[in-house]
Amino acid sequence: MILSRREALVLALGSVAAAAIPMSALASVDDAVAAFTGGAAVTDGAGVTLTAPEIAENGNTVPISVDAPGASSILVLAAGNPTPAVVTFNFGELAGAHAASTRIRLSKTQNVIAIAKLADGTFVRTSSEVKVTIGGCGG
Amino acid sequence: MISRREFLQASVAASALYGASGVGNWARLAAQQVLTQDQLLQFDTFGNITLVHITDIHAQLKPIWFREPEINIGVGDVKGVPPHVTGMDFIKMFNLKPGSPEAYALTYEDFTSLGKAYGKMGGMDRVATVVKSIRADRPEAIILDGGDTWHGSMTSLLTKGQDMVNVMNQLGVEAMTSHWEWTFGTERVKEIVEGLPFPFLGQNIFDKEWDEPAFDPYTWFERGGSKIAVIGQAFPYMPIANPGWMFPEYSFGIRDERMQEMVDEVRAEGADLVVVLSHNGFDVDRKMASRVTGIDVILTGHTHDAIPEPVLVGETILIASGSHGKYVSRVDLDVRDGKMMGFRHKLIPIFADVITPDAEMADLIDAERAPYKDQLEEVIGTTDSLLYRRGNFNGTWDDLICDAMLSERDAEIVMSPGVRWGASVMPGDNITREDIYNATSMTYPNCYRTEMTGEFLNVILEDVADNLFNTDPYYQQGGDMVRVGGMGYAIDVSKPIGERISNMTHLKTGEAIDPARTYTVAGWASVNEGTEGPPIWDVVEAHIRKIGTVKLEPNTSVTVTGA
Repeated sequence: MILSRREALVLALGSVAAAAIPMSALASVDDAVAAFTGGAAVTDGAGVTLTAPEIAENGNTVPISVDAPGASSILVLAAGNPTPAVVTFNFGELAGAHAASTRIRLSKTQNVIAIAKLADGTFVRTSSEVKVTIGGCGG
Repeated sequence: MISRREFLQASVAASALYGASGVGNWARLAAQQVLTQDQLLQFDTFGNITLVHITDIHAQLKPIWFREPEINIGVGDVKGVPPHVTGMDFIKMFNLKPGSPEAYALTYEDFTSLGKAYGKMGGMDRVATVVKSIRADRPEAIILDGGDTWHGSMTSLLTKGQDMVNVMNQLGVEAMTSHWEWTFGTERVKEIVEGLPFPFLGQNIFDKEWDEPAFDPYTWFERGGSKIAVIGQAFPYMPIANPGWMFPEYSFGIRDERMQEMVDEVRAEGADLVVVLSHNGFDVDRKMASRVTGIDVILTGHTHDAIPEPVLVGETILIASGSHGKYVSRVDLDVRDGKMMGFRHKLIPIFADVITPDAEMADLIDAERAPYKDQLEEVIGTTDSLLYRRGNFNGTWDDLICDAMLSERDAEIVMSPGVRWGASVMPGDNITREDIYNATSMTYPNCYRTEMTGEFLNVILEDVADNLFNTDPYYQQGGDMVRVGGMGYAIDVSKPIGERISNMTHLKTGEAIDPARTYTVAGWASVNEGTEGPPIWDVVEAHIRKIGTVKLEPNTSVTVTGA
């Protein structure tokens, strides 16, 4: 199964709206972050959890999930992809869980970044390195 | 910290046998005259629970030679700490005597000479004797198999693992986890698992399509008045390190968040003792022990390390029981009021000439091998050199396999996988077909012949090096460095990916590898479906038949720095 960024399979928990970001709109990680936060400060750590494999079993379809209790939206970026923007999950007021899972394509070893806009309007960020390897030779 | 323990006692079984023996007189001491089975098995029963751990047997039913690594480099936080300690450093660290039985069992030093004195190790009939003895002492002992059991020999390949299944069932195994088992393919694994009288555990094996747990994460034992949970952890990088197309339904990974959930779950259900039966590899287990709380014992596997004392991480003890049937670990535990209060541990070396084979198991092993006896025992050639594999870089077995591919497949450069399994062959001995299979047996053996650019060769070396020398164990796959023939290179293990490899040289011409040029490359154990070529054992057999006697020169083609 090969999924492009645009076809990202969204396994929604609660009422989740997944919106693919237009490819041409965002050229870099910084631009994507700025567009999401409107230039507001982003702090590292508590408030958003990103679950991703340490080593991708298949770089074409890497399962990831994000969870940010109370968040109104979560931006996911693949920093090393030609187009870093992957997806923004928006959660409505009636969303039971502010979490989502999808599978993304990673062109090479890189950091996957998740930034959540929390209920109080602040932004928190976390990232996880996912290795994309040729494989073999495991003994 | 260890402070809450009542005490710590850990020893190599054979230690203290050699109070008067020094370096130099070992050669006159035949092992059977100085070691006894009683000494090897001596153990002051302790506490209320006994765990028996054996792992990474790689289908070695009979006693074998197995030379421990000379080079086993640790990077980052684990530099210079077990298991990344070899030879004389190992002997000093654990207060062994050079030339003693335990030094022979645990290090590569003087391997050929000491091997002649102390003999082969392992053999599942000897292991059965040890297990029966422990059970006689502690009838409720729990027998646990860490995986890499069904793969690694000619008979296991020809019977699709059935010989090992029969032997392990007779041994009385009560739970196992897995790695190379999966290379028989999903259908065969399921067929075997359905018939196993014990659970096939893996909290980290998931159905890929639905992202749901696919196998039992843990099992329960009620022993010694305590509730014991054993959680299984399969090899995390199955579809990357081995052919994922053989088991496309499953996803693996470390999944330490789920490990924590499982530990919490069994604790909530009243577990007095939590044991993880793991195939992570030692460094991965060490990191996992620092991140997951509530595990009492991790029985480690995959990286084939034999460590004579438990390694403590917080309040978790890590046991490393070696490979190829060379050792059995006995861990006695004092568990009271839901807490592990103390432990006593012994890494029991299976000296094949000292431990009496269990007759029932010996009969079963003979019966399993009988249909293939002639094929197994056929002599293909002889060797003047010690043939071994284990170590971060080329062993002599690898050099021989690489020579065979260079010659039989008319290649400029060849690559052989850095697997950690493969029994040794002593200089002066015949090489039988069984010996060749012990170093090559697998379900994807095809020796391909293809073209690669110099640039791509560099990418492969960098990629595999990062799987071994990444400073974060969670990004390591546990194999050793890919073995190379026809090409030399330098490696700085302290550098990051993309910067470790330099001076790639085409040995035949002495010229630097040209990134833009195309080279003819042969190799085997490709994880790609549809790989074509003769099985590697046929390539090696043809080569040995032509040369008659194997004589290998020291391999100086790889220069290692940064260790």
